[in-house]
Amino acid sequence: MISIKSVSHSYSNALRISFKDWEINNGDQWLLLGESGSGKTTLLHILTGILKPEEGEVNMDGTSVYSLSSRALDQFRGRNIGIIFQRPHLIKSLTIKENLLLAQSFAKLPENPERINEVLHSLGIIEKKDAYPNELSQGQLQRVSIARAVINKPALLIADEPTSSLDDKNAIAVLNLLLEQSGLNQATLIVATHDKRVKDAFTNTYEL
Amino acid sequence: MSPIKISWKSLWSKPLSSALNIMLIAFGTGILTILLLASTQISQKLDNNSKDIDLVVGAKGSPLQLILSSIYYIDFPTGNIPLKDAQELSHSPFVKRAVPLAQGDNYEGIRIVGTDSNFVRVYKLTTSSGKFWSADFEVTVGATVAATKKLKIGDTFFGAHGLTGSTDVHKTHAYKVAGILTPQGNVTDNLILTNITSVWRMHDDHEKEEATEQHQRSAHHHEKTEGQQQEETGDHEKETRPDQGGADSGREITALLIQYRSPMSVVMFPRMVNQSTALQAASPAMESTRLFSLIGVGVDTLQWFAILIMLIAAISVFVNLYNSLKERNYDLAIMRTLGASRGQLFQIIIFEGILLTFAGTVIGIALGHLVLQFIGAYQESSQARLSGLIFLGTEIYLFVAGLAIGIFAAIIPAVQAYRSNISKILSKN
Repeated sequence: MISIKSVSHSYSNALRISFKDWEINNGDQWLLLGESGSGKTTLLHILTGILKPEEGEVNMDGTSVYSLSSRALDQFRGRNIGIIFQRPHLIKSLTIKENLLLAQSFAKLPENPERINEVLHSLGIIEKKDAYPNELSQGQLQRVSIARAVINKPALLIADEPTSSLDDKNAIAVLNLLLEQSGLNQATLIVATHDKRVKDAFTNTYEL
Repeated sequence: MSPIKISWKSLWSKPLSSALNIMLIAFGTGILTILLLASTQISQKLDNNSKDIDLVVGAKGSPLQLILSSIYYIDFPTGNIPLKDAQELSHSPFVKRAVPLAQGDNYEGIRIVGTDSNFVRVYKLTTSSGKFWSADFEVTVGATVAATKKLKIGDTFFGAHGLTGSTDVHKTHAYKVAGILTPQGNVTDNLILTNITSVWRMHDDHEKEEATEQHQRSAHHHEKTEGQQQEETGDHEKETRPDQGGADSGREITALLIQYRSPMSVVMFPRMVNQSTALQAASPAMESTRLFSLIGVGVDTLQWFAILIMLIAAISVFVNLYNSLKERNYDLAIMRTLGASRGQLFQIIIFEGILLTFAGTVIGIALGHLVLQFIGAYQESSQARLSGLIFLGTEIYLFVAGLAIGIFAAIIPAVQAYRSNISKILSKN
C-alpha cells in the first residue's frame, strides 16, 4: 500500500502546492488528472522518491520513503518503482538490451537476460534487442521505456504523460500495454495525464 | 553493466571527440617520453664512457673538443702532443695509469685507435673471440663493428686517412683482425683498436710513398687547387706525424687518458699540466656536465612545450566532458531513477576522463619509443645511437601524470553530475 499524508511543497518564491491525502492499494490502477502547471509532475516526483517534499510523509509498503538515506533511496527506487516518461529517454550509447541490463544492475539485482527476453517478447520488440535507440521509431522507443520500467518487477509503475506525444492509434496501444504490463507484473499503476483519450480506461481518479 | 563499461560505451559513441582528446594526450606524452628516454640515454652514455677516466691531456684548444674526440670519439682531435711530454706525465706520482691514444685513420667511418694494454685495463675489456692486438697491424674490433662490418678473425682490411671518408686509403699495409671484443655498452663497441706503432708505421710508409708519388708527379703538383692543399695541411697537423729519424723522442700521439692515483691529484695535476707544459688537461666529468647543460636548454624548452600540450589536452578533456555532461544531464537523471546512486554517476564521469587519458598515455609512450627507435635507426653517429627499446622505471611517472590529468579534467563535471538535481532536470523536459 502506498499513502501520502499532508504533503505540500513549494519551489523557491512560488506558490505552495498542497496535495490531498491519497491511499493506493496494491494492484490498483489510478489516473492522476490535472492541467499543466497544476503540480502533476511535482506529485509524481514526490511519489517516486526523487523530490523530497517540504512537508508530509510518503509511505510505501511500510517504508517511509524519505527517511531512507540518499543511497538507500536510490536503490529502493530502482527496485520498487518503474517510471515511464512523456518522451522515451534511453541511453543512446547502449543497445536496447544494454539499456535494460543497466536497469537491472543499477537496482543491484543480478543481470538476467531471460527476464529481458521475456519482457521484450511480451512487448513485441524482441527483434530490436541489439539495436541502438536511434534505430527505433518513437512508438518502439516508448515500448522499450515500458520494458525498462517493468524489468525489475516493481511494486509501483508510474507513467508521466505517456501518450501525449503519440497519435490516437499509438496512444491506445501504449495505454493497453501499460494496463497489461502492470497486471502481468502485479504492479500498482499510476498514469498522470491531461489526455482525455485515456480517461475511460480507469475507474480510480485522483484529481488535482 | 559496471560504471566503467558505461563510460567505455559512452566514449565509443563519440569517436571523433574521443580520438581528438586521445591524440592530444598521446602527443604530449610522446614528446615527454622521447625527451625522457633521450636525455637519460645520452647522460648514461656520457657517464658510461668517461666513468673510469679522470682527466684527458691533449694539445691546447677547446677542452670540450678534446673530451669529445678522446672520450666519445665524435669531434676531431685538438692536435698532437709530443710522446716525450706524454711519457713524462705518465710517470708523474699523481698518475695511477695513463693511456696513450693515437688517432688519424678510419675504416669506413670507424675510428682506428692506436693504444696500449692500459686501454684494456681502463675500459675493463674482454674478448668474445680471438685475442687482443699484439703485433703491428693486428687489430681487435668492437662488438658493433664486427657485427655491422661483418668482420671475422683473420679478415684483413685497409685503413683510410682521416677520421671519416675513405678516399685516401693506406694500401701499403693491411690490418688483420686478431680478436673481437665482448659488447661493452660504451664507445669501445664502435672502435678498432691496434697498437701505436701500427698507426705510426702506417703514416711513415704513407709519407714515404707520398713523397715518391709527389716526386714523380711534381710536374702536376701545381694543378692541385689551393683548397685541397689546405685541407691536406689541416689534416696533417692533426694526424700523428712521425719523425723522419724514427726515434721515439720525436714521435707524437693524439691524447693521453689519465687515471689518478689519489683524490689529491684532482687539485694538483690539472693545474700542473696547464701551467708547466704546453699541453692542456680537461676533465671528462666537467666537460660532460657543460655539454649536457648546453643540450639541457633545448631539452627544457621541449619539456615546457610538451607540458603545454598536456595542459591543452587536459583542458580539451575537461571541455569535452563538460559539454557532453550538458547533453547527458537527462541520461544521468534517468540513471538515477533506475537506481543509480550519486557516487555511481561520479564514477562514470571520472572513468571517462581516466579512460581517455589512459589510452592517450599508453599510445603516447608507445609512440615515443617507436619514434626514438626510428631516430636511432637514422642517426649517423653510431657512438651516440639512441634506442627506443629501452624502458625506464621513470616512465611510470608519465602514467601517473596521465591519470592525474584525467582525474583533474573530469573532477568538475563529475562533481556536477554528483550534485545535479534530478527532479529539476526531469521536469524541464
